Amino acid sequence: MRFIFKTRYEQDIELFQHGGKVFWYGLLMAVLLVAPVFVSPYVLTQLSQVCIYAIVAVGLMLLAGFTGQLSLGHAAFMAVGAYTQGVLVTAGVPFFVGIVAAALFAAAVGVIVGLPALRVKGLYLGIATLAFGTIIEEIIARAEHVTGGNAGLMVPPVNLFGWRFADGPSFYYLCLAFAVAATLIVINILRSPTGRAFVAIRDSEISAQSMGVNLAFYKTLSFAISAAFAGVAGGLYAHNIRFLSPDQFTVVQSIELVMMVVIGGLGSVHGAIYGAAFLIALPQMINAVKPFLPLFLSEATGLQPTVFGAVLILVVLFEPLGIYGAWLKTRTYFDLFPFYRQGMFRRQKAFQKSDRLK
Amino acid sequence: MSAPFFQAEGISVQFGGLKAVDGVSFHVDKGEVFTIIGPNGAGKTTVFNIISRIYNPTAGRIMLEGQEVTKLPAHRIAGLGIARTFQNIELFEHATVLQNLLIGAHVHRTTNPLAEALFLPSVKRAEVALRERVEEVIDLLDLAVHRDAMVAGLPYGARKVVELGRALCTRPKLLLLDEPSSGLNVEETEDMAFWIEDITRDLGITVIMVEHDMTLVSRVSDRVMAMNQGRVLAMGQPAEVQRHPAVVEAYIGTPAAAAELERAAS
Repeated sequence: MRFIFKTRYEQDIELFQHGGKVFWYGLLMAVLLVAPVFVSPYVLTQLSQVCIYAIVAVGLMLLAGFTGQLSLGHAAFMAVGAYTQGVLVTAGVPFFVGIVAAALFAAAVGVIVGLPALRVKGLYLGIATLAFGTIIEEIIARAEHVTGGNAGLMVPPVNLFGWRFADGPSFYYLCLAFAVAATLIVINILRSPTGRAFVAIRDSEISAQSMGVNLAFYKTLSFAISAAFAGVAGGLYAHNIRFLSPDQFTVVQSIELVMMVVIGGLGSVHGAIYGAAFLIALPQMINAVKPFLPLFLSEATGLQPTVFGAVLILVVLFEPLGIYGAWLKTRTYFDLFPFYRQGMFRRQKAFQKSDRLK
Repeated sequence: MSAPFFQAEGISVQFGGLKAVDGVSFHVDKGEVFTIIGPNGAGKTTVFNIISRIYNPTAGRIMLEGQEVTKLPAHRIAGLGIARTFQNIELFEHATVLQNLLIGAHVHRTTNPLAEALFLPSVKRAEVALRERVEEVIDLLDLAVHRDAMVAGLPYGARKVVELGRALCTRPKLLLLDEPSSGLNVEETEDMAFWIEDITRDLGITVIMVEHDMTLVSRVSDRVMAMNQGRVLAMGQPAEVQRHPAVVEAYIGTPAAAAELERAAS
């Protein structure tokens, strides 16, 4: 077991707490960088998808996992980003300008959608964002002259400084770069005053306020950042799929995104990435085992949502910290071997909260 | 004559038909420990909630160093120099003790979200500087053992101290302590008394406290105000307030009522 002896304050805020982490993250990065050499084009497309969803996931984690604000409208932010990018790039705007516009526009929509968060909490906020998400989906379907409506919108491949990042390795590297940047931004925010203000709002609004945290500002900021990330991911998604239609961004999509962060593990950046990988990998796994299933099962409609639902229930029941929690426990088990105790991670009962003055 | 350090003028708050606080006026001088006592439901915590702007008073106003507090939004109060603790502990459960204390120092942040997203060198410097200041509080309250522990796993006594520490990290001029000794054992209460004395003597912070433990009240308070049913019963030296007939009556009833009870029981 490793014990970190802190002698400088900088050690608190360093990105990598010890050499082991530098090694493992370095190895992960190296594997991701050489992946295109080894994997098939199909798997590479899936990896690009994981990167795109990782961007949404870290953004949603910041909002749901660290600020404690539930959003059931994240697919709508992705849609805003995707269509902004699609329309702008079709009009001849450079890729990066389009992405920045997608982020800013999604953030602006996020601020509007986040307004109910200043008044309502929890499930009620979820319902409010769900309604907004549906409205945005509807607007996109109706604004035919801009978005192509239900007929859809074709998106050209990425063109950067005369280079085509059409598919395969180049597009994968582009997505990877964005995913790494998004993750770093979230980590940076979390280790600075803004991130702590988010956590404060999540754990106790009343005392956050008494410590001088402006609830309205930070909630709105969290919504804006989260929506901007979804917007950027939407922009990349548009280039990846090359065809946009409103039915790609429905409420079901939004719910899947929330499931992604819950299954990954609420309240951890690792969890967001695991969740994204899980979201993309699960349909593949289902497809892989399908041939071995009896016909009535493999041909059944709704097999994938059912499996998703079942996994979600299992996670909530047995591993509330999600995939990251399971990993943490496994690691601790081997770290402390043979001294691991059952219940080491059991939460102590939280002491009675004062009247929350809701 | 200059305005007093802290002044509440005729504050009232009404929830529906219930007057929780009814025309309460008091002032606190700089460096004083001012204690509010009273039976349950007397309106003590409500007074705190009015000062920290969680409730809007229906009448009256509150002044700190000649500035009207009652016009500011709740999140500006900490910046003004008023910090508080809560009766039932309102810590940030799923954060470490250090993070809790750093949130206490939120009003002293110098960086903006954009610089933080990129973690510029200025942000790193500011973070180190914040930690140096927070470390003083950790030293003062002996919290070093718990520094990197999650609050959710801490024992009750330690949480009380962390909450005090978090309030101190805002560098307040005025500290509101809502039942600092509730749930603490004798030894912990003793520590708390020492710290309250330290805070006022060494740090020069004025304290307004709600407290039930009369030993602690008599030991640290300069003046005491007794409340019942939203009104002020008595104000003055700890000993004289405790003997005040109206206070005695509020706590244990009148001799006539006691006799009545005794008759009914027999």
